[in-house]
Amino acid sequence: MSLHIVVCAGIVPDPLQTLEPIAGPNGPALKNEMMLPAVLDPWAASALYEAATLVSKFPGSRLWLVSLGPKAKLQQVMMTIAQKVTFELVAVDSASNGFADASATASALASGIAAIPDLDRTKLLLFGGWESASRGAGVTLQTVGELLGITDQFAGVDQIDMREDGSFEVLERVEGGKHQASVCAGAPAVLGWATGNLPEPHNNPQIGMANMRTVMPALQRAKQAALTNDGQQYLSASLPSQQRQTRVVRDLAPDAIAQELVEWIRTQ
Amino acid sequence: MPTSATASSSKMLTLPTDQIRQLQWRFAERYDLQMLAQSARAVARSTVAQMVASGERNSHEWTPAKNEMLEAFDRAGITAAFMEPEEGGFISGPKNLALALAAFELAWVDGGAATASLAGFLALAPIHERGTPEQSRRYKALSAPAQPGETRKPWRGAFVLTEPIPYVGVDTGMLSGKVRIAGWPDGEEPWLQVEKRGRFITNIAFANFVTAAVTSDDPRIKGSCVMILEETDEGTFDHGTPTKKLVHQLSSTGDPIFNLKVPASRIVGGYTIEDGALVPKFSHGEVIEAVFRRTRVTVGLMTAAKLLSAVEPVIRYQRSRFRGAEGAKPGTVRYEQGIQQREDALHRLVDVWATGEAAASLGFATARLFDELDPIERQKTAIMAQRGIAGGRAELKALRDSEQRAVELLTMREGDPRKEEIVADPLVQFVLKDAEANVLCPATKLWNTGNGANMMREAVSLMGGYGITEDCPGFLASKWIDAQLEATYEGPEAVQRRQLTVTMTSDVFLAQFRVWTAEMRRVAATHPGTGACTLATGMRMWLWTLEHLQNASDALGSKLYHGQRQGVTFPLADALCWLLASRCQILDVLELEQRGAYDPSVADTVVDTVQFLSDLCHVHTARAAGEVSRICAELVFGYNEHPSWSNQACTSCCFSAVELDELEETMPGIAAMAVDVIEPNGSHPQKAGPCAGCAGASDFLQLQNKLCSCLSGSRLAKDRAAEAVSKVMIPEALDYPA
Ligand SMILES: Cc1cc2nc3c(=O)[nH]c(=O)nc-3n(C[C@H](O)[C@H](O)[C@H](O)COP(=O)(O)OP(=O)(O)OC[C@H]3O[C@@H](n4cnc5c(N)ncnc54)[C@H](O)[C@@H]3O)c2cc1C
Repeated sequence: MSLHIVVCAGIVPDPLQTLEPIAGPNGPALKNEMMLPAVLDPWAASALYEAATLVSKFPGSRLWLVSLGPKAKLQQVMMTIAQKVTFELVAVDSASNGFADASATASALASGIAAIPDLDRTKLLLFGGWESASRGAGVTLQTVGELLGITDQFAGVDQIDMREDGSFEVLERVEGGKHQASVCAGAPAVLGWATGNLPEPHNNPQIGMANMRTVMPALQRAKQAALTNDGQQYLSASLPSQQRQTRVVRDLAPDAIAQELVEWIRTQ
Repeated sequence: MPTSATASSSKMLTLPTDQIRQLQWRFAERYDLQMLAQSARAVARSTVAQMVASGERNSHEWTPAKNEMLEAFDRAGITAAFMEPEEGGFISGPKNLALALAAFELAWVDGGAATASLAGFLALAPIHERGTPEQSRRYKALSAPAQPGETRKPWRGAFVLTEPIPYVGVDTGMLSGKVRIAGWPDGEEPWLQVEKRGRFITNIAFANFVTAAVTSDDPRIKGSCVMILEETDEGTFDHGTPTKKLVHQLSSTGDPIFNLKVPASRIVGGYTIEDGALVPKFSHGEVIEAVFRRTRVTVGLMTAAKLLSAVEPVIRYQRSRFRGAEGAKPGTVRYEQGIQQREDALHRLVDVWATGEAAASLGFATARLFDELDPIERQKTAIMAQRGIAGGRAELKALRDSEQRAVELLTMREGDPRKEEIVADPLVQFVLKDAEANVLCPATKLWNTGNGANMMREAVSLMGGYGITEDCPGFLASKWIDAQLEATYEGPEAVQRRQLTVTMTSDVFLAQFRVWTAEMRRVAATHPGTGACTLATGMRMWLWTLEHLQNASDALGSKLYHGQRQGVTFPLADALCWLLASRCQILDVLELEQRGAYDPSVADTVVDTVQFLSDLCHVHTARAAGEVSRICAELVFGYNEHPSWSNQACTSCCFSAVELDELEETMPGIAAMAVDVIEPNGSHPQKAGPCAGCAGASDFLQLQNKLCSCLSGSRLAKDRAAEAVSKVMIPEALDYPA
């Protein structure tokens, strides 16, 4: 059995950067976004690492990374990501950011995937993040699946166990810190990943050099996609606010601290 | 009328991005190098930073955690970075810039980590540069990190030159390490007994092999050599006790003892047998020259990285200094700007930043130069071998003609028909690059580390008390003291100044320097905001002073420019370094401006970044010019005797009061002009003596005058840079733990 896994992963500003929403000419944007260092969207990155592990277990399998974003930024991110796992890149050049319309993004991604030569849809597992770290609309991957006609969809995935007959069991996050286990008869399917269980692979420039043979040509021939916003309007954009309430109390006995914590938890 | 020196206010939006740096330091097209840099950064800002934050620097011993760091280097491709792909590496061709970038990224967090990564390379470098093909194959294969699926542990090496006092230190000729013939079976290879004690040897705690400098203690061995010693050789391979060092504690240092019997094939580069004696192909001096020439550049870049790494934590500290105080509400200047309201705090940070830029530009330019030189040097070696020329002296003689041609090329008029032919001559290319490298390498090591250490102190002081605690974000205090080691190992400052004393006076280099001076004047015409004009004048002053000192003598008639006269030659070497660093800094900004305009990843913002970096150049050229002017003035005038009231000179240059009274009648007002007047009772003004004249040095004073006026605009540039520093956007938090 072999798999054809396509991972959809965008890029987002490095989360340590100062992110300040501003009003741009085409709707909201982040201040100095083009200059902020970018990383592969963390949710989608876990999908990529899970995919690479899966591919290595099933000889003859292939892995494509489909990424939509400004080409120059994609190239920078590839200098790190291409060192981690082996993949073939499909790049779509677009001035996309966290405020891009999810439906327009999904259709650009779906056309990119549909155009991959050699992709066998009967073996296709479409991976990605269950949401993006940029805005978290959480609908893009599902829409790509729908556009490609794949209706077996899982979201918040933390684990996949492939079986020899091609069926697989999936653990999806549900309320209360629990997982829901489902069995799917086989590809094609969409899996929107949460964190998965794998650590971030170490950088290995040797893998990077091997990937570069396909990454650079892919970036060069990246098709441009202008995303329309279909009349979508943002009324306001702001960062989630940080809360910190500090009280300085000296010499409080451990029991008293515990008591106060318990009371606080009860009120939540 | 507005001039470029008062251009619109500087508004760089964010700290210089990777893309900006790749353009400035010329590796935007090198994906292999970009990946290495990212890989080294990831290890530095995770594994290494966590170790420093958790106090791993507090022990002298080699610990499991420190060992784990080496394994992280192996996994990240850093250990293999200097190997060819077929040897286990991933970068083809010269690797000076590659190693420089890896060291830069590691030292951004911790210098000891950078040293630990480079020391293995240092141990192999004698073999890489001068070893036989068999030696090179064996030790590189053993040192290459295991490939996926392999369980082999890579060998680690150490380079053993320095010996316990009173032997090798700055003076590498005073070797006490000895090599003798231990046995020479008929028709077979001789066995050698090697005795060597090392002091301050990096990597020694875990070294499986060392390359050790020794001298002959046997009439059947000629001269000195470098020997390869293995842990399992017969005899003593004692790793010694750890050095209680206060710096670079993530690297291992100790004082090993060796007394080993090894085959003669372990002499680096091999040997010949002449008249029944064993003659090593390379003396230890020839080996270490080839090694240090390259590895010293990376050391200089380590200090540069620290200076630049200090910028972000200092800005964050300054801005947030008063947040949380009662009177400092969000939106108030006190809340938003904190200490950055104060001009001095901004100006001093600008100075640190400008120094970091200049040091990085100088270091990376030198690393790139060695990348260019490496293949040309091999070509030269092949040509010499073809012509049957062997040995240092014979080679120098053979190259004399090429040196003349190189000078001719550098002084040639535009459109000279001979130009093409001379440019195409590989030997001319070699002497040109070699002369440049012979100056830029010691300049990088000397200036980046020495002046860098001084400037790290400035950076620390900008953090107040926090700066000298272990908690200081960016580990600035450690970086400060670490810089002192960078100034010391691989040849302390005295060694670099000594080398510059010789190399900076070579005809080829001086011809090149004149071309650079003219080049800076041309740059000044199109980019006055960089301070290139100030720099060109400083360069002229330096050259004038060198030529003056080479011909002048002191008040006692002793020659001034002389190898033994370090009081003259060393400061002049220091002065040159300031100029070279400034020149490289300006050239990198020009490159960024030119290339950035066509690079979509920076095009939107490059204009503002170029403006800011140009202002830093201007700030730095002013500082460099000031240093040059101070040093040169001291050297030009300081060796003249000051006239005294009692000596002969006094009677010819001073007026007597009576004489003045008489002159006043014919030249009214003269009495008010005269300063050195002797009263009838012999008394005179209260000072050292009559004011010294400046005979012979008026050209110098003219230059100094010009230099002063060239400083116009430099403080305006500093104000602008300071304003940019007060507004530049920084990340929410440092990307490594503190
Ligand atoms: C942490 C650490 C790691 C090291 N790693 C290694 C290693 O891996 N391998 C190795 O072989 N060595 C290593 N060294 C040794 C290092 O290279 C020497 O310390 C250095 O070369 C200086 O030698 P020294 O300490 O004996 O100083 P000295 O020779 O005693 O010099 C002290 C000072 O005297 C003055 N001076 C001496 N000679 C002259 C002169 N001719 N002209 C003008 N001034 C002079 C200078 O101011 C000089 O700085 C390491 C040192 C340290 C501290």
